[in-house]
Amino acid sequence: MSDLIRLNAADLAAKLASGEVSSVEATKAHLDRIAAVDGAVHAFLHVNAEALETAADVDRRRAAGEELGPLAGVPIAVKDVLVTKGMPSTSGSRILEGWIPPYDATPVRKVREAGMVPLGKTNMDEFAMGSSTEHSAYGPTHNPWDLDRIPGGSGGGSAAAVAAFEAPLALGSDTGGSIRQPAHVTGTVGTKPTYGGVSRYGSIALASSLDQVGPVSRTVLDAALLHDVIAGHDPHDQTSIPDAWPSMADAVRRADVSGLRIGVVKELDSDGFQAGVRQRFHESLELLAANGAEIVEVSAPNFEYAIAAYYLILPAEASSNLAKFDSVRFGLRVVPEGGGTVEEVMAATREAGFGPEVKRRIILGTYALSAGYYDAYYGSAQKVRTLVQQDFDAAFAQVDVLATPTAPTTAFKLGEKLDDPLSMYLNDVATIPANLAGVPGISVPTGLAPEDGLPVGIQFLAPAREDARLYNVGGALEAILVDRWGGPLLSQAPDLSTHELMATEEGVV
Amino acid sequence: MSEISAEQVAHLANLARIALTEEEIEHLTTELGQIMQAVEKVSEVATPDVVPTSHPIPLHNPLREDVPTDVLSVEQALSGAPEHDGTRFVVSAILGEEQ
Repeated sequence: MSDLIRLNAADLAAKLASGEVSSVEATKAHLDRIAAVDGAVHAFLHVNAEALETAADVDRRRAAGEELGPLAGVPIAVKDVLVTKGMPSTSGSRILEGWIPPYDATPVRKVREAGMVPLGKTNMDEFAMGSSTEHSAYGPTHNPWDLDRIPGGSGGGSAAAVAAFEAPLALGSDTGGSIRQPAHVTGTVGTKPTYGGVSRYGSIALASSLDQVGPVSRTVLDAALLHDVIAGHDPHDQTSIPDAWPSMADAVRRADVSGLRIGVVKELDSDGFQAGVRQRFHESLELLAANGAEIVEVSAPNFEYAIAAYYLILPAEASSNLAKFDSVRFGLRVVPEGGGTVEEVMAATREAGFGPEVKRRIILGTYALSAGYYDAYYGSAQKVRTLVQQDFDAAFAQVDVLATPTAPTTAFKLGEKLDDPLSMYLNDVATIPANLAGVPGISVPTGLAPEDGLPVGIQFLAPAREDARLYNVGGALEAILVDRWGGPLLSQAPDLSTHELMATEEGVV
Repeated sequence: MSEISAEQVAHLANLARIALTEEEIEHLTTELGQIMQAVEKVSEVATPDVVPTSHPIPLHNPLREDVPTDVLSVEQALSGAPEHDGTRFVVSAILGEEQ
C-alpha cells in the first residue's frame, strides 16, 4: 500500500506545504485505496468524482504562492448526515436516495475553504439512529480490525474510513456517542465538541438539542487541526456559541498533564464493562499518574438515569425533526395505488422510505410528546437533564477533566444486537451524559483488549467551552502510549488488501 | 403507564403519518412497551422540585437585522422536489372525496 495513505494529516500537510507531495498525488493515493478496500469495508456511500479536480486546484493555488491553511490539500471524508453541494446526501436513508442538496453544511463549507479535498460521503445508521451502522439503508460498514464486526455508529463509516487508511480525516456527528463510540471500536480518535462549538447548519438534524459535529482522525493532533478548521460562530445556527476559541492544535503541541486533576466517574467504572476495556482504562490512568496527573474518584449518581432520559428526549426531538420528510420538498414520493391525498402520499412515502429503527423512534417520540404523557415522559427527562448537569458541575468543581471507558465492550459481531433495541441502546451509557449536558468529549485509543485483540478507547470529558483540555490530556496520553507500543495502534490492524484478495478468491466479495 | 395497545400504536402511526403494516404495528406494540418500561426510570428522580432543562448551553435569543441574506433561489429550493411547476411545489389533493 502507498506510504502516502499511512501518513497522519499533520505529516501529509507538511509534505504538501514543502512541495514534496502534491495534493493530486495524495488524493489519488486515497482514491486508489478506496477502490481497493471499500468493497470489503463499505465505509463510503458516495465517492466524489471531482476530488482530483479540487486537489489540482489547490496545487495550482499553492504553486501561485497563495497563502493556504494548515490542512490545505489534505483529503477528508464527510459523514452523509452533512449536506453537500454536488454530492448526494442521504443521511443513510432511502427517503433521501439520490438527493443532491443545493447548499453546503457550514462545516463542509469551512473544510472546502481551508483547501481540503472532500473524498466522498460516509456510511451511517439511518438519520444517525444507531450504534453499529447496521441501520443504514445501504448496508452496514465493516470494522477494518475484523470485517465480521461492527465499526460502531452512527458514524461507523467515518471511523472505518480513517481506520482503513481510506482517508486521513473525516467529519462526524455525535448525538449520544456517534463520534466517540466508533472511535473506541476502531482504534481511532474522535471528538464531540462543546454543544454550539461547531455549527449545525446543514447537518440533517436528529435531536437538535444534542447533535454536534466534530472531527474523526487517527491522531489527537489531527483531530485538533480539523477542530480548529470547523469550529467558530455561525449566524446560520441560532445555538452557535459566539465566543472565540483557542487553538486546539496548540493544546496538543503543548500537552502536559503534570498537576492535572483527572476524575474517574465511579458509576462508569463497574462490572458492566468488559474486563479488557477496564484493564486498558486503568493502565492509561496509571500512566497519566506516573506523568504527574492526579487521579481522583468522583461520583455522578444521576448518570444512571441518562440513557432513560436520552431515549425520551431524542425520539421526541427526532419525531419533530423528521416531519420535514413529507414527500413535497425533497426526496422520495410514493403515491398509493389509485392515488391519494397529500397526507396519504406522505404516509405511504414515510412507510416506504424509513427503516425499522427510524419508525420505532418516531412512534416512541410521538408517544412521549402526546397530550397527557408529555409531563410524565418528556418533562421528566428534561429534569434528569438538569440532574446530569448538576453532577457534571459538582465533578468539575473538584477536577479538571473526567475519564471513563468510552463504551462498555469492544466491537460486537454484525447482527448480534440488531433485534434487541434496548441492548443496542446500552452501548452509549458512557457517552450520552456529555450530550445531555452539552460538554465536550474525546475518545483516544488505549490499546487492544487482551481477551479478543480488539481496540479499546478512553473517554475524557471537560466543562463546556474547555475543549482544549481534552486535547491536552488526550495528546499527552497518546504520546505516552505510542512510545510504549513503538508505533501507532493502527499499525497492528490487519492488512485489508490481503483480506480483500482472499475474499475475492473465495467469491465472497 | 407503559401498557401500550396495538390501537394506540396505530393511532400514533397516523399522527406521525407513517402507513405502518399490521405486522409492524404488532411488532412495535411489544417493543414500545419494553422501551417505555425502561425509560420510565426517569420518574424515580424527576421530582417536582427539579427544574427542567431544554437546552444544554444557556444562550439569549440571538437576533439579526431583518434584511435578506444568502438565501436559496427559487430554482435551488425546487431542485430536489419530487414534483414542481418551475415556481412552486406540486402536491396531490389536500382533501379526500369524503371530506
